[in-house]
Amino acid sequence: MRRFRLLLAVGGVLWLAACGSTNNGTSVTGITTTCSPSPIQSGQMIQCTATVTGTGTFSTTVVWMATAGSITATGVFTAPVVSGSTSITITATSTQNTAEKASATVIVNPVNLQPITVDPGPQPQTFTTVDEAFTSVTVCLPNSNTCQTVGHVLVDTGSSGLRLLSSVLTIPLPQQNDSSGNPLDECMVFLDGYVWGPIALADISIAGEKAASAPVQVMIPDTSSPPVPGSCSSQTTGPNEGNSVSALGANGVIGVGLFQQDCGFACTTANGSIPPVYYDCPASGCNPTFVTLAQQVPNPVAMFSLDNNGVMIFLPSVPPGGLGTVNGSLIFGIGTQSNNGLQSATVYTVPASGPNAGDITTTFNGVSYPSSFIDSGSNGILFLDSATTGIPTCSGNYSSWYCPTTSPDSLSATNQGTNGNQGVVNFSIENANSLFNTSNSAFSTLGGPQTGSFDWGLAFFFGRNVFTAIENMNTPGGPGPYFAY
Amino acid sequence: MTKLVHFPKRLAVLLLCALAILPLPAWAVLGDSAASVLNDQARMKGTLRSVDVKAYMMHEITSPAGSIVREYVSPGGAVFGVVWEGQFPPDLQQLLGPYYQQAKQAAEQRQRQGRTAISVETPGLVVQQTGHPRSFHGQAYIPQLIPQGVKASDIR
Repeated sequence: MRRFRLLLAVGGVLWLAACGSTNNGTSVTGITTTCSPSPIQSGQMIQCTATVTGTGTFSTTVVWMATAGSITATGVFTAPVVSGSTSITITATSTQNTAEKASATVIVNPVNLQPITVDPGPQPQTFTTVDEAFTSVTVCLPNSNTCQTVGHVLVDTGSSGLRLLSSVLTIPLPQQNDSSGNPLDECMVFLDGYVWGPIALADISIAGEKAASAPVQVMIPDTSSPPVPGSCSSQTTGPNEGNSVSALGANGVIGVGLFQQDCGFACTTANGSIPPVYYDCPASGCNPTFVTLAQQVPNPVAMFSLDNNGVMIFLPSVPPGGLGTVNGSLIFGIGTQSNNGLQSATVYTVPASGPNAGDITTTFNGVSYPSSFIDSGSNGILFLDSATTGIPTCSGNYSSWYCPTTSPDSLSATNQGTNGNQGVVNFSIENANSLFNTSNSAFSTLGGPQTGSFDWGLAFFFGRNVFTAIENMNTPGGPGPYFAY
Repeated sequence: MTKLVHFPKRLAVLLLCALAILPLPAWAVLGDSAASVLNDQARMKGTLRSVDVKAYMMHEITSPAGSIVREYVSPGGAVFGVVWEGQFPPDLQQLLGPYYQQAKQAAEQRQRQGRTAISVETPGLVVQQTGHPRSFHGQAYIPQLIPQGVKASDIR
């Protein structure tokens, strides 16, 4: 509607111009230019207007110029595609008196919205996934146009950094060496297993955002070289999730969590023994090594030139019983553009270090659990155990899940941040066997046991805007790390 | 009722010196004797805090980086439970000894059910680990070795 009115105004100017151009003894004495709104996103179109003043029946015709993007003869500006915030000058020049010109500035920001999908996962694999949010990520050899777009990459607020399976990569990302000149490899332990493989460099593009020359992990199977060090696999009883697409349930993981790097200062200084995370890998074998922060796998969001203080995940509500496939958004930045404001969300700050780094306190039935967390990379709402909750686990192959006898079982817990903010979460758990008997992939009522804490997995995200703010980054809700919803 | 006790400094120094010249044995603390607690302290280069609650002793080792391992020892001298927390999990093969392979096999036999916490519950062994990069929490215990009057939930 607004655009239609502006076009009428421009049309009027053109009509006046046609009328006045035949008269002599006129002059143009001034010109002003406006373009709104600003800032806008890559590819967005806006109307610019020029107001020409003069004496007699002067011409109001102008010629439009833009320093980037394109602009029509009627002042319709189309923003260029940018990967960082870019200022563009738009100038209108009077055709009757070319000395009269005026400029307006338009800020163009990257597109910060990336579609995500909760679906059965990459196919074929030996099972279908539930409550896993996927997106696609483009990686390129640094400073080149040799690129590959990888689909079905898991969106994970519980970790930081991009990791891709070697079996899905088709471009040779350059291996990174450590300070000894040997290949640098990494071991990363997750909730249910570990991954292992070399550190490589890539330009990462997602939505309109770009992380240039970023270290990423290439996850390799047990059968590849270098072999998995014992000090890596012995940190968990879980499997090597990098063995296959089926073992990972995805082609990769994009960690958009609370931290700037996957390890941080613990991997940089001689504080006790060297942690079994980064490995110096000469031909003779791999041993843990210290690395600088810059050598570590970064949260790609923190490397963007704009929208780099965190992410917001939006997923629509999912009714009891679940839905087949659900589409949502991964939006970069918090309060940086018109689509990612905190609005009424409550901020729950978390410790940046210590035994409960990244954790909130969840209170259930009067007992507080200080090592609880919010994690889009976990499937359901994982909490406590049958003895504490009174909810039986499922029999047979689904013992990792709750099968309440009264389904749905309505429950309530209270989350608290280190800033003292509190909020009640009402949630329901349905019988997982019944849920899995549907062919659905998205469940808001899937739950399972996790001794001693709450893990608010993807089931918690449906029907909420969940913000994850990165450590040491400023946001309208204060500096990260925090969660907000 | 709890009271803090500390290992006699001289004994600890003596033991640590002995450990320094002898090859370190594997941790193998779960199900092992209480002497292995000092081995673990040496390995972690950590500080030791011991708490006597009569029914058992709890030895808490804190590494310089802030990782914590708690070892629960029965009056008979057997380590019946271990608890860990920190930015990285400890070396479970060392901490759980022969029970590590048992837990790994049990975990492997379980069909993949999604991204959920590690949980092994067999009649002779319970192992649980949860968390995310930067914050891991776990525990393991041998139900048969838990002293009378002590609950599994006391191991935390």
